[in-house]
Amino acid sequence: MRDARYAYAGTSRQVLAGVDLDVEAGRVVAVVGPNEAGKSTLCLVAAGLAPIAIGGRLEGSVLLAGDETAGLAAYQAAQRCGILFQNPATQLSGTTSTVWEEIAFGPRNLGLDIGAIVERVEGAMATLDIAGLADRDPQRLSGGQAQLVALASVLALRPSLLVLDEPTSQLDPAGTRLVGDALGRFAADNGTAVLLVEHKTGLVARIADEVAVLVGGRIVEHGPTAEILRDPALAEHGVDPPPAVRIERAVAAAGRSGDLAGLDLAALEVDPIAGAPRPTGAPLPTGARA
Amino acid sequence: MSEPAILVENVAFDYPRGVRALDGIDLRIDGGERVVVVGQNGSGKSTLVRQFNGLLRPTAGSVSINGRPIGRRHVADLAREVGLAFQNPDRQIFAGTVRAEVAFGPRNLGLGETERDAAVERALATVGLAGDEATNPYDLGFSRRKLLALGSILAMETPIVILDEPTTGQDARGIERVQRIVADLSAAGRTVIAVSHDMRFVAESFERVVVMRAGRIVLDGTPAEAFAEAAWPALASTYLEPPLAARVGARLGLGATPTEASLVGALTTRATAGR
Repeated sequence: MRDARYAYAGTSRQVLAGVDLDVEAGRVVAVVGPNEAGKSTLCLVAAGLAPIAIGGRLEGSVLLAGDETAGLAAYQAAQRCGILFQNPATQLSGTTSTVWEEIAFGPRNLGLDIGAIVERVEGAMATLDIAGLADRDPQRLSGGQAQLVALASVLALRPSLLVLDEPTSQLDPAGTRLVGDALGRFAADNGTAVLLVEHKTGLVARIADEVAVLVGGRIVEHGPTAEILRDPALAEHGVDPPPAVRIERAVAAAGRSGDLAGLDLAALEVDPIAGAPRPTGAPLPTGARA
Repeated sequence: MSEPAILVENVAFDYPRGVRALDGIDLRIDGGERVVVVGQNGSGKSTLVRQFNGLLRPTAGSVSINGRPIGRRHVADLAREVGLAFQNPDRQIFAGTVRAEVAFGPRNLGLGETERDAAVERALATVGLAGDEATNPYDLGFSRRKLLALGSILAMETPIVILDEPTTGQDARGIERVQRIVADLSAAGRTVIAVSHDMRFVAESFERVVVMRAGRIVLDGTPAEAFAEAAWPALASTYLEPPLAARVGARLGLGATPTEASLVGALTTRATAGR
């Protein structure tokens, strides 16, 4: 993106007011910022949906794998970029009766043969540990389950760019960690570029290579993850620092920093709990295993 | 002893296709309590709270509100006593303006115009949407639509308020706002029940944590009890994790420190005692 400016159809206000951002293959770039900063709009613009599918006025330049999005057809943008919407209910096709078919919907529309479709569907379900949901009705899932299914549907497209708008907002803590780990692996294994909008800075700290702070449609800070997430200005922008940073500061403010000597708070946060059934979490099919 | 605000007795609930979402739930919530329900995705949290306002009816067992069994009472009747803000605001919002959306509930409760306008104004101010009365709800971002959905429920001024994942999609200031709303409702004597995955919010804003796994309650206690080290395996069995403050407190031998404030307090107390 170079000086990307965008206003929705029928409005004059530029929700993005000059954004410069690169997301390279195999890298995870997180975007944090307060509510109404333009984060979801940034996702739509990066994926080309704005303006290709929803109209509006885009100025500046947005290149998707080398081509201006404004000149792409919707299917061309969709082949290059997979986008996960903030609200999974918006994402599910509404045309399938099982989770398996829902995840197969995208690969089928890419024209893949049946063997490749099966491989991608099963692979995406395994990545997110949701094989147990395969026969469930996509319209009758809990919010968190729907979010995992929506994410699996996007992963099954294996796009070169993955745009994720708060992919873990409805997930339990272990599900959040599972998705974080899976995304990091997915980006590294497939050379996928990942643009991740996320309020959970603890998750961002673990998986992002770099962080951009979006405020009022502009990127006001951009740099290596650890540096940005420790920046005292973060809180002023309405973004909560990661729990490890918060605790360090709270303890320091009480003059007790020495008590934390030798403790790696970030590591402690993800320390496995003795007795946990599995190292990563996934939704059990409710009631099937009490 | 007064009647509980909510009494759930041996409730089971099956979705079509035989998915058992609730499996023998017993729960008593007294008036004025601040209770949060936590558990893995799909553990039955939203299904449970939807029994409280009649949106779903138990397959077996019974639910009583303020001493009266729900039985066949209409949702509209129950709406005088129980307000429920949905996890997904888009399943709740339907009006063309913010004001109309928030006024819908009070109007259906039969409030007069003056009373209704006052309730709407109070609710909009509480959720930070004063000034947006004429805005189309779908011109608001997701986080503000969540607050609008919450405002619509607050405007009904019900004695029992249920918030399903109220902090989802909120930034730091939005979460602080939700925390303030919970505290104010509680101070006004209302019963507040939330469903949440946000363990910091859970630990800081509630006095009682109900942990669910696969349709059953596996733990019910104060945040200090629910996040104490002895409870971690139970939490982990339902894919939850204690907040970092609790982990640090346990590692430093400070006992249960579910919140950052309690952690700092325990460190300070230990240092003072050691002098």
